Amino acid sequence: MITFTNVTKKYGENIGLENASVSIAKGDFVFLVGPSGAGKSTFIKLILKEINADSGRIKVGDYVVTDISNRLIPQHRRKIGMVFQDFRLLPKKTVFENVAFAMEIMHKSRRQIRKRVPQVLSLMGIEDKAKRYPQELSAGEQQRVAIARAIINNPKVLIADEPTGNLDPETAKGIMDLLDEINQTGTTIVMVTHAKDIVDRMNKRVIAIEDGHIVRDDYGQYGYDEGLDFGEGVFTDV
Amino acid sequence: MFRLFYNIKQAVLQLIRNKGMAVASIFAISAMMLILGLFFVISVNINLFTEIIKQDYDTVEVYLEEATTAAKTKSIIESIKHMNGVSSVEFRNKDQALKVLKRRWGESGYLLDSLGENPLPNSILVKVENLNAANRVNVAANKIDGVESTKYYKETVDKLTKVTNFLSISAIIIMLFLIIVSVVVVSNTIKLTVFARAKEISIMKYVGATNWFVRGPFFVEGIIIGLIASGMSAGLTYVLYDRIVDAIGMKVMTILSSPLVPATYLASNLIIIFASMGVGIGAVGSIISMRKFLDK
Repeated sequence: MITFTNVTKKYGENIGLENASVSIAKGDFVFLVGPSGAGKSTFIKLILKEINADSGRIKVGDYVVTDISNRLIPQHRRKIGMVFQDFRLLPKKTVFENVAFAMEIMHKSRRQIRKRVPQVLSLMGIEDKAKRYPQELSAGEQQRVAIARAIINNPKVLIADEPTGNLDPETAKGIMDLLDEINQTGTTIVMVTHAKDIVDRMNKRVIAIEDGHIVRDDYGQYGYDEGLDFGEGVFTDV
Repeated sequence: MFRLFYNIKQAVLQLIRNKGMAVASIFAISAMMLILGLFFVISVNINLFTEIIKQDYDTVEVYLEEATTAAKTKSIIESIKHMNGVSSVEFRNKDQALKVLKRRWGESGYLLDSLGENPLPNSILVKVENLNAANRVNVAANKIDGVESTKYYKETVDKLTKVTNFLSISAIIIMLFLIIVSVVVVSNTIKLTVFARAKEISIMKYVGATNWFVRGPFFVEGIIIGLIASGMSAGLTYVLYDRIVDAIGMKVMTILSSPLVPATYLASNLIIIFASMGVGIGAVGSIISMRKFLDK
């Protein structure tokens, strides 16, 4: 589903990612771990084609991302769901509108939207919040809205950038259960995280990036000490 | 249709949220278009005047001396008739000449009644085939015994054409300049709403919105600003010009024997020209304002 072949991205003198090769199969659940500034964000941005690689080849689904024209970027991104640590919901739109918005972009009819949005909201367990505004919801509920928006168009890949970073452990567990369920339906999930407990408990594939290099790619444990200062993430965020 | 309503709704909301700047840019653009409008009515009138004069272009008027007898007149007519390039010759006595003049002066014609004796000479109207013939006839007729003087409008028309050309060129230059300024004004106004919605735009892009989806509401916003400004300036130009016609139209008629173009006649042209300019300025301004935002 996602293949990096000898991908290098530099920011001037700084290495974002160097000669990275990795393959993520359809239906995989992958944790992307490593210290801050190691290259995790670069990895995600390259998948989304927010930035262009200096060399190498990236393939996501049917698209060779490194080759597609800017005109095709929107089509490419529609096949990828994005979930962020800070939710990124539109504050002036209701929960329903926030989710419907992703369907409007796809030029879906109002009828389709009215049918599909409640389904997904109920899947997320927030069907009763449809008319609320994001700021009226708890952090966990907001993240559920964001996930609803990410999966509403049935993406092949879901990328979650520290989705539990702003959540307490109990809420985080609920979100992880949701992501696991989504993964069961065949959606490939790539999740950036600093949450040792989550990675250890889920026992999934772990890719570790340090200084722009993939230093580890196996199944199981988080692999870093919990006290390690990453400068961001659940342990150091206030 | 869904998208059209969506875009219009979003655009109106943005304008209301940002009314200060929207009103300011509407006024700025209206002021610029008003200047354009005045240029427009001036050149339309000069064009009309030139056209009216041109109708006499192919005519040389030959004025006869007071003492010229009927027999002499007949022989003058004959000799002119045989000149090269003359298409027709018509005699006009002094009474007919006065009538024509009265008709031209329209309502002010009564002024001529106070003249007492008719000061106009008998004349011969010579229609010529082309400009060269007009020159030739002019020179030759002047030499004929019994002819007081001749008159034709070549010089006047030439001068007027020069003035019209000059005005058109300067109007175009000023217009281009003002259009560029207007585009900058619109794009800056819209940039404010773009900044205010930067986060929203980035989310749209993440979800896979095309540039045109993101641009839609801002595009409509620019067009609305342009349309309101063009409506205001077209209305203002109309009212101002109508007043001007009321105030000096009669005098212009008397002095130049040419009417001012009535405001009602210009109205539809004004609206079409202003509206298309407004839409163009708004559309281009909004696209420019978003260029950097949509790079990714």
